[in-house]
Amino acid sequence: MSNITNQSLSEILESIKSKKISSLELTQAYIKNIENAKKLNAFVTTTFDQALENAKKFDNKSNNEQLLSGVPLAVKDLFCTENVKTTAGSNILNNFVPSYESTVTKNLWNNGAFLLGKLNCDEFAMGSSNETSFFGNVINPIGDHLVPGGSSGGSSSALVADLTPATIGTDTGGSIRQPASFTGTVGLKPTYGLCSRWGIVAFASSLDQAGPMTKTVNDCSIMLEAMSGFDEKDSTSINKKKETYSKNLKDNIKGLKIGIPKEYRVDNMPKEIDELWEKGKKILKDLGAQLIDISLPHTKYALPTYYIVAPAEASSNLARYDGVRYGYRSQKGKDLIEMYENTRSEGFGDEVKRRILIGTYVLSSGYYDAYYLKAQKVRQLIKKDFDDSFTKVDAILTPSTPSSAFKIGEKTNDPVSMYLNDIFTVPVNLAGLPALSLPAGLDKQGYPLGLQLIGKALDEQKILNIGYAFEKNCGYKNEIKKWWS
Amino acid sequence: MSKEKFDYFINGEKGKYEVVIGLEVHAQVLSNSKLFSGSSTKFGADPNKQVSLIDSAFPGMLPVINEECVKQAVRTGLGLNAKINNYSVFDRKNYFYADLPQGYQISQYKNPIVGEGKVLLDMPYGSKEIGIERLHLEQDAGKSIHDMDPSSTYVDLNRSGIALMEIVSKPHLRSPDEVNAYIKKLRTIMRYLGTCDGNMQEGSLRADVNVSVRKVGDKNFGTRCEIKNVNSIKFMQMAIEYEANRQVELLEDGKVIDQETRLFDTKKNETRSMRSKEDAHDYRYFPDPDLLPLKLEQKLIDDLKKSLPELPDNKKERFIQEYGLNSYEANVLVSEKEISDYYEEVAKLSDKKLAATWMMGDLFAMLNDKGLNISNSPISSKNFAELVQSIKSGEISGRIAKEVFEIMVESGDNPKKIIESKGMKQQSDPKELEKMINEILSKNKDKVDQYKAGKEKLFGFFVGQVMKLSGGKANPQLTNEILKKLLKG
Repeated sequence: MSNITNQSLSEILESIKSKKISSLELTQAYIKNIENAKKLNAFVTTTFDQALENAKKFDNKSNNEQLLSGVPLAVKDLFCTENVKTTAGSNILNNFVPSYESTVTKNLWNNGAFLLGKLNCDEFAMGSSNETSFFGNVINPIGDHLVPGGSSGGSSSALVADLTPATIGTDTGGSIRQPASFTGTVGLKPTYGLCSRWGIVAFASSLDQAGPMTKTVNDCSIMLEAMSGFDEKDSTSINKKKETYSKNLKDNIKGLKIGIPKEYRVDNMPKEIDELWEKGKKILKDLGAQLIDISLPHTKYALPTYYIVAPAEASSNLARYDGVRYGYRSQKGKDLIEMYENTRSEGFGDEVKRRILIGTYVLSSGYYDAYYLKAQKVRQLIKKDFDDSFTKVDAILTPSTPSSAFKIGEKTNDPVSMYLNDIFTVPVNLAGLPALSLPAGLDKQGYPLGLQLIGKALDEQKILNIGYAFEKNCGYKNEIKKWWS
Repeated sequence: MSKEKFDYFINGEKGKYEVVIGLEVHAQVLSNSKLFSGSSTKFGADPNKQVSLIDSAFPGMLPVINEECVKQAVRTGLGLNAKINNYSVFDRKNYFYADLPQGYQISQYKNPIVGEGKVLLDMPYGSKEIGIERLHLEQDAGKSIHDMDPSSTYVDLNRSGIALMEIVSKPHLRSPDEVNAYIKKLRTIMRYLGTCDGNMQEGSLRADVNVSVRKVGDKNFGTRCEIKNVNSIKFMQMAIEYEANRQVELLEDGKVIDQETRLFDTKKNETRSMRSKEDAHDYRYFPDPDLLPLKLEQKLIDDLKKSLPELPDNKKERFIQEYGLNSYEANVLVSEKEISDYYEEVAKLSDKKLAATWMMGDLFAMLNDKGLNISNSPISSKNFAELVQSIKSGEISGRIAKEVFEIMVESGDNPKKIIESKGMKQQSDPKELEKMINEILSKNKDKVDQYKAGKEKLFGFFVGQVMKLSGGKANPQLTNEILKKLLKG
């Protein structure tokens, strides 16, 4: 019983269903883990009392018909949760308690899960190492000197440290897939519009997408099924029939065509990433898939394009934080304008300010055409590259990141090298496609590395199936000593 | 009437100047809820009582377009004979202000929902076409209230997010009178369509006024100044007059006009600079990523077109054809849909021409006097028609009719009943009248002699006496005839 928390979500669900364990016992086990893992700094807020109450309620009147029956879940602190503080990792929202529940979390609760706590993340999801959070950096359980990735670093850390059976993050440029890769876990960025953005603190609206972070592909399909769905409150939500990803999960991928884009072999890429990629190709080939060389010629423009589009939208999305209606308000300043200025100066961290400045600049008159407009055009070309490729292949296999988890502080003074970590993940966001990061191996230091499967829009089932088959044949397993407790 | 000439020019020492005006009218869309949220749009609620989480820009809130507002904009576009764009885009207009919670206004920039159209004005010097550049949908901001506290500004977000149509005219207007006619015409069209109530007191219709001047005959436009947010026609006219004269004075002094945004001070009756072109906001427009481009099916546009009511220009033509009205009468009677409805109800039951005359005369004067609208007139259209018919048939004279009218206003009674009960029927029996006239003539023999001696203007005296004796009820025409006959004899 003591090992319940290192099981997968689907195993836990089975134990709950068969009453091997009660929801209360399960919740208590996680609470114990969390209390012993303060060093990781994965949580901003815990909701233990509420979770215990919900667990008891479930045990008294258990309903095992639901996808996530009786399971406590911690979620990224970017999702607004009713009556529970929601900070987005920022000082400017350090006291913000929403009166509403985000659609995605509401979907989880409607499927039988309940909230365990809110997970640390980079401030407004801007970062690749979870070092920009106002609540301090998160530590990767893989090693006490390593970042857990970002921006969903609290989520990846908590997941791999068994502080939550599964979790959700948001992915604007890689914020689910990169932390998953850094922690040897599974992360899916769904098709743009599959999961509602309503109630998620916005970073870059045309790129933001919530998705599951789990220990296994099966868990990932369960979570996706629970959290996704059309929402009329989000105008960019896709109106389609709900799919039953977990029920339809198949490991037969014979005959599927897997594209291998040559542009993802970048300069200075560590040899072991290349080797990992080769390993992935071989596994899929051995499973009967057909490997096809493809070209995504505009890939090299994806990162600069992303770092124009995302800050532009962010600069506008973050204009609402002025200290007037909610959130942090500076006590300094002799008039309204000074109050605004001080609130925003004190409320936002450096990375957020940097992006607001970049975004404001690229939208400014005289620069708009050269930057924002051109970026939008390139974005269309990037999307077209994928569209063209998907006439020939079923999915695309690439590395998830150009390196394994780096050291805390290693890149904090070099934003560009930090941004370069997103090089394999951002094209997918720009094109609005689904992509799954799978643990695939270790580098020579023994740190996890991930591979990414990119699918056609709304083709989540297919990449989950490929991932499922891959997982069975890859033999990857996280071996983590619980050094923090 | 059309002999009058257009003559709004400003005379300077160095020449005669023409005033060029373009308007950006902000018309509040008539809809139950706001453009992107479900909050109510009703006027007059307590401050901040009609504000949703979206209107107050809480984290994670997303806009969802209100389809009714889109339809209203399309209807208005159709009413302006404008091109409806099947594809339009909502953009964010970014600026920082206390009553703009999002930090941006959702508006339409490069791709508005409605393109070019036109509005016809009836001016004393003939009909004039004013081009419409575009119409787009946008959110209203909240309201800053500066006069409730000496040191604080209060913000009311009830208006935040309400749908506005910004209707941009081409620079085709040339005088304050044309501006008056243009605003009134826009208002009439939108009220016919039911797309804007046009209530200027409640701020449902406001305008930014662009003014420039140039020497008569010049082909190029002068530098324009924009006067922001003027909320009555009278103020618009005053502001234009002031601004045009200010610009002419500058030019006469050999100075240049700075392109700038100005405010109209209604107390001092002057415009003053708000910000120069250099200080102009950089709104950093970009397509709102929270909203997909608005794609309108042609069928929706066609259906809306089919369901449009008859519009004032067409109705005016019909009134001229069908009711034999002149252009002026038709214009007045179609100026409000309710007035035209009332007129048509009356015209159906009575003399069409006489009905128009009486409506535009006594009825309008009375309503104006009492500060009432036609829709709450104390006289129903049916009673009014009966009154008109009583005049037409000769049952009562015009003079008596005015008395009956007064009583109708007070009592709301039917005119037949009033005439009956007060014995106000016109005396049209020739025998009775002859008897009465003979009586008067015999009492005033001296005057009869004078008349016969050539003092013909005494005729009026005799008529007066007949009216006095009959209590005003003598049929004037018959009285004249009989008097003439008897005075001859």
